[in-house]
Amino acid sequence: MKYDPQPTLPAPPGTLGVVGWMRKHLFNGPFNSIATVVLAYFIIIFMWPVIDWAILSADWIGTTRNDCTSDGACWVFISQRLNQFLYGFYPEAETWRLDLAFIMMAALIAWLIIPKTPFKGWVAAFTLLIFPFIAFVLLSGGYFGLESVDTHKWGGLSLTLVLAVVGIVAALPFGILLALGRRSHMPIVRSLSVVYIEIWRGVPLITVLFMASVMLPLFFPEDMNFDKLLRALIGITMFQSAYMAEVVRGGLQAISKGQYEAADSLGLGYWQKMNMIILPQALKLMIPGIVNTFIALFKDTSLVLIIGLFDLLAIMQASANDPNWIGFSTEGYVFVALVFWVFCFGMSRYSIHLEKRLHTGHGNRA
Amino acid sequence: MIKHVAFASVAASLLFATSSYAANTLDTVKERNTLLCGVTSGVPGFSVPDDKGNWKGLDVDVCRAVAAAVLGDNTKVKYIPLTAKERFTALASGEIDMLSRVTTWTLSRDSQLGINFAGVNYYDGQGFMVKKDLGLKSVKELDGATICVQSGTTTELNMADYFRSHGLEHTPVVFDTNEQAAASFDSGRCDAFTTDLSQAYGLRTRMKDPSSVVALPEVISKEPLGPVVRQGDDQWFNIVKWSLNAMLNAEELGISSANVDQMKSSENPNVQRLLGGSEGLAKGLGVSEDWGYQIVKQVGNYGEAFDRNVGKDSPLNIDRGINRLWNQGGLQYAPPIR
Repeated sequence: MKYDPQPTLPAPPGTLGVVGWMRKHLFNGPFNSIATVVLAYFIIIFMWPVIDWAILSADWIGTTRNDCTSDGACWVFISQRLNQFLYGFYPEAETWRLDLAFIMMAALIAWLIIPKTPFKGWVAAFTLLIFPFIAFVLLSGGYFGLESVDTHKWGGLSLTLVLAVVGIVAALPFGILLALGRRSHMPIVRSLSVVYIEIWRGVPLITVLFMASVMLPLFFPEDMNFDKLLRALIGITMFQSAYMAEVVRGGLQAISKGQYEAADSLGLGYWQKMNMIILPQALKLMIPGIVNTFIALFKDTSLVLIIGLFDLLAIMQASANDPNWIGFSTEGYVFVALVFWVFCFGMSRYSIHLEKRLHTGHGNRA
Repeated sequence: MIKHVAFASVAASLLFATSSYAANTLDTVKERNTLLCGVTSGVPGFSVPDDKGNWKGLDVDVCRAVAAAVLGDNTKVKYIPLTAKERFTALASGEIDMLSRVTTWTLSRDSQLGINFAGVNYYDGQGFMVKKDLGLKSVKELDGATICVQSGTTTELNMADYFRSHGLEHTPVVFDTNEQAAASFDSGRCDAFTTDLSQAYGLRTRMKDPSSVVALPEVISKEPLGPVVRQGDDQWFNIVKWSLNAMLNAEELGISSANVDQMKSSENPNVQRLLGGSEGLAKGLGVSEDWGYQIVKQVGNYGEAFDRNVGKDSPLNIDRGINRLWNQGGLQYAPPIR
């Protein structure tokens, strides 16, 4: 007897496609069906005015507030001020320098985070050691015939990025050193690290910024002026490195004692042990914590508005105070929130991707 | 020990030497060829960046006038945005040469902060906004009214004092911010809305029908706003003071940025003195002979600055009110230039 399989039948209608998905996820059973309908009702009730305001009855094209005739959002405000939101008061003829610096940075970061690109080591070294100088020369000028642009003209998204990137890049190495210092067996190193971390972690960032902008100048001689942006950058870096140190310390403590002992028994020195055995494992565990700190830092940069630096949020608020544009701050806040969200969400997605890629099957996770 | 004291005194004298050098603000500004002027980080009509990122406003025009007088070019100003908390430190530490930032002239500030107020470029004060169709003519008619106000400010207290002293009843409706108070007034929650008038006019432009809202004539508090300089540099103090006075005198004499070139040949000795036709006046001030001409030519007179930034040619459309010249029923009175 010959076994002759029946041809495979198509899945029953109603279990495939959109309808199938909805039946499976939204309407499987009377209780869930009711819940779906009720929730959908509320979503529509509450979301409809938002969609209507933001998209359907919004004004998109124009040059002045008179072009905003409908009841909806006036995105003309954003498009007219977009240059300022991006570049602050940077001279218009020189904004290509900001573009170039940030495109270079984006390209370098892309090179580093896309798997399987060649020369990663060299590119990383270039990004960390040489690129900051290139970016500094591009942004502030004064060399190679580039017009010098004072930091008080920096602003908008570019200033936000400068604050965040410098804070992130500088805080991580300091944080690692502080964490190692705190776990060190040398009493002076350890106590200095503890004092530093506890002091900086014990004050709010707003206090640090106030100190940097209001108190510090009083201690300098009258004709000596430290750049305000530099003061803010140093303050943010010192503050963030204390937080970073605690995240890193958490990661170091998660590595089992056996790893340390194994490294010792191989005869490795302290820095070899840390570099080759402990930190590679610990940093991998710390990714969520580190990225969490980065995201918090990125958002905290908007606090510089209280010391009169025009980051993205501050410049939007200033623009909304222009007599010609008074009353459009809602659009501005929505726009700023969206920009912040895009950057933070990007960081968060990348960290998840990184965790998956570096996941080597060790640790407690299945 | 003696050594230490000696060292300390040398260090101190060095420190004082540098600060006495820096105390001559005029030389510092001329050497730098730029005026550092502290402004707000955005107050409508007073100092705010426009679409192109240029600072505009009544306070900004004072900075421009000083730059025109001292450097001959009103564009040689670097605007340093400052928050309310930072402003006096920035001035004291030399981060800015002058402060022109909606700062109210009060005794405690004048006497305790090591600063001098170089005049008043805007007489602000607390006022009341009502809907035009109520037909009200005076605050006295607001007996029993509900009034929207920001909570926890002197505004609320001033209003309570005023109503009590005039034997009037009122129901304050308090809000966290001025914006909320104005919006509630707009939606009909209150009969009136009170805050400093300069802000009230700015908030009015956000209302559904700005032309239907008017300010009542009474101003119940004094908020004279003016430029500020460091104490201890009288020459610089004079320059800032007289730059503002020059703008006021120019308006009084009918000189504007449009007619200043014709007026230069005027026979009127007052005009001559302002525009640099008579010797010696500018020398005492430490500026070039044509300082008055440069101010009027590049910045305009006070009336022009007012109309352009906050008055009838601006979206704020603030009534000139007590900021009219003294001979037109206002308070703006500049000592003569002679």
